[in-house]
Amino acid sequence: MKVIVCAKQVPDTNEIKINPETGSLIRDGVPSILNPDDANALEEALKLKDMYPDTHITVVSMGPPQAQDMLFECLAMGADEAILLSDRAVGGSDTYATSNAISAVIDKYKKEFGDFDIIFGGRQAIDGDTAQVGPQIAEKQHLPQVTYVVDFKLSDDKKTVTVKRQLEDGYEEIEVKTPCMLTCTKELNQPRYMSMKGIFNKDKKITVWSAADCEVDLSVVGLKASPTNVYRSFTPRPKGKGVMVAGDTEAEIAANLIASFKEKHII
Amino acid sequence: MSTNLADYKNIWVFAEQRQGKIMGVALELIGEACKLAKDISDETEVCAVLVGDGIEDLAKECFEYGADKVYLLQHPLLKNFTTDAYAKVMTEAMEVYKPEIVLYGATHIGRDLAPRIAARSHTGLTADCTHLDVSVAKYIEFAKANTTLDTSTLDPESKDTGLKMTRPAFGGNLMATIVSPRTRPQMATVRPGVMSKREREAGRTGEVIKVDVKLSEADVRTKILNIVKEAKEMVSLTDADIICSGGRGLGGPEGFKLIQEFADKVGGVVGSSRACVDNGWIDHAHQVGQTGTTVKPKIYFACGISGAIQHLAGMQDSDIIVAINKDPDAPIFEVADYGIVGDLYKVIPQIMEAWDK
Ligand SMILES: Cc1cc2nc3c(=O)[nH]c(=O)nc-3n(C[C@H](O)[C@H](O)[C@H](O)COP(=O)(O)OP(=O)(O)OC[C@H]3O[C@@H](n4cnc5c(N)ncnc54)[C@H](O)[C@@H]3O)c2cc1C
Ligand SMILES: Cc1cc2nc3c(=O)[nH]c(=O)nc-3n(C[C@H](O)[C@H](O)[C@H](O)COP(=O)(O)OP(=O)(O)OC[C@H]3O[C@@H](n4cnc5c(N)ncnc54)[C@H](O)[C@@H]3O)c2cc1C
Repeated sequence: MKVIVCAKQVPDTNEIKINPETGSLIRDGVPSILNPDDANALEEALKLKDMYPDTHITVVSMGPPQAQDMLFECLAMGADEAILLSDRAVGGSDTYATSNAISAVIDKYKKEFGDFDIIFGGRQAIDGDTAQVGPQIAEKQHLPQVTYVVDFKLSDDKKTVTVKRQLEDGYEEIEVKTPCMLTCTKELNQPRYMSMKGIFNKDKKITVWSAADCEVDLSVVGLKASPTNVYRSFTPRPKGKGVMVAGDTEAEIAANLIASFKEKHII
Repeated sequence: MSTNLADYKNIWVFAEQRQGKIMGVALELIGEACKLAKDISDETEVCAVLVGDGIEDLAKECFEYGADKVYLLQHPLLKNFTTDAYAKVMTEAMEVYKPEIVLYGATHIGRDLAPRIAARSHTGLTADCTHLDVSVAKYIEFAKANTTLDTSTLDPESKDTGLKMTRPAFGGNLMATIVSPRTRPQMATVRPGVMSKREREAGRTGEVIKVDVKLSEADVRTKILNIVKEAKEMVSLTDADIICSGGRGLGGPEGFKLIQEFADKVGGVVGSSRACVDNGWIDHAHQVGQTGTTVKPKIYFACGISGAIQHLAGMQDSDIIVAINKDPDAPIFEVADYGIVGDLYKVIPQIMEAWDK
């Protein structure tokens, strides 16, 4: 089997703080990580490889050269190879343009290595937070898609996939033929750690492609080709601080709270 | 799509239905579309798009909540949602009728479908919006009231009626307003629970347009084997007037007994932070926040919740926030209207007692 995993390097948004004076994001010193849902996507591919050792896993990413650190981590977890599209021409892409660029990488992959069976992506990246790139890659590759995957099974002939797709109030069970695109959630599995063998394996390589290398149509990528633009961006203003409820005992505090509620017709 | 933007008119709402019931967010979006339509032009109509099979009866509800027109897309293959079938019929209808704006609920269906349609239509899509404007003057008003944005560069007299779609990103740390100036339709998915329904107007009607749908089995590449509703306790956080939420400060699952008693007393429902859900103290259905439910009740009690940005993202628009926390420096106090520093196990019983007095 040939499996592609889409992985994005993201800032750890848990570590981002806001500068209270300027109201801007403080990104300095914020570590870059493998997007959490993409770790689940890779893990599901690795589980296939555990079962069928001839499975070949290629991790595909678009981003700055530093994204190689994240791809190195993917290789150390067990992926076979990684491809990074890194080029100024694709900078500033919105999800539409991003999916055009990644789809071009996949087209190039097909030319070099032949057809693939499954693309695993994350459901959502924790920085852009849109969850749009997966379905848009599927559209450009003319693939059927299933999003919000929480369970995955492959038939013995490796031609049919049965997945559970999470809904707000339950789930759907869906059958789909390969090739297909699946977007993975954190409920799907528990990603493994990097292995020592993986870390020291020198045979695996990260290939860095420019836009020209993967023959991207430059009129459909980058800021200019993006149908959405950022009009303004800002930090949410914390709502004005309220009052601390006065009182010497818990009973007094509670009585004061309820009295204020009544006075203001809140209850 | 076409570059002649003036050809595109009216606001469409994807009136998502499941098993013949309209989702609440669709009615909220019809309400929001009514406001936006007025700010675009007197001619702009609000159109609900119903996709399914045997669902013509739902048109009535759309009209009574404010739709001027209903487009009906019906076919046996549309009975349950599949990406392939729904994307095909929606995209084809959009090509024929050319809406200026298309809004979807940011549900597990809307967020699967809308990006696929956007890619096929070569247009932009803004994800998981929490605020929409067309008028620049109203956008300035919104920004002044809720944000740190410098509005001096915006012209309140501007005639620009492009859709300004505001959404959180970076886990709620940053807000961005997105526009799609060069392509049509302008599309957005909108978070459930943030827009308001209109008052239902019984007997209000409008025009129903039956759209010719072309679909065959070969168009649908996924097969639904089963739709399973999980027998979760029903928690309707989005409809609740009062929410009593517990956090890690409860110390253990048994703490939710007190929170439940508290909620019963004040006529509220039980909410939770993610920490408690991750610890297995309570079901995910109760989780408030970025990866849970967005709520805006009249009163939100945050008990033993520190106030992480991801939690705030789901509750900071509540009318009144009461925070009970033993740490006077807890960030939750920054957004609380009423702060109480103390042990929740001592404070809550007293509030319950004072409630009836
Ligand atoms: C504040 C802000 C708001 C934005 N809002 C929008 C918006 O509303 N609409 C819009 O179209 N664009 C928007 N963008 C642009 C968008 O963030 C970028 O296009 C980004 O490259 C991809 O979107 P995402 O991070 O949301 O990814 P998601 O769509 O959430 O990612 C889903 C999955 O796709 C795959 N994937 C995504 N990016 C890559 C990559 N570079 N390499 C490999 N795999 C990848 C991964 O598997 C990932 O888990 C916004 C950007 C910012 C900064
Ligand atoms: C991608 C992502 C998404 C997330 N989404 C969500 C989300 O949707 N919702 C969400 O809630 N979180 C979310 N989180 C987690 C969030 O960052 C916090 O970890 C979480 O909200 C913390 O929960 P807490 O406030 O209950 O716990 P803590 O932060 O541990 O706070 C416990 C508080 O209880 C107080 N306390 C302790 N004992 C008592 C007592 N006896 N009486 C009174 N006070 C007491 C303490 O002073 C402390 O302030 C998300 C995180 C990530 C990374």
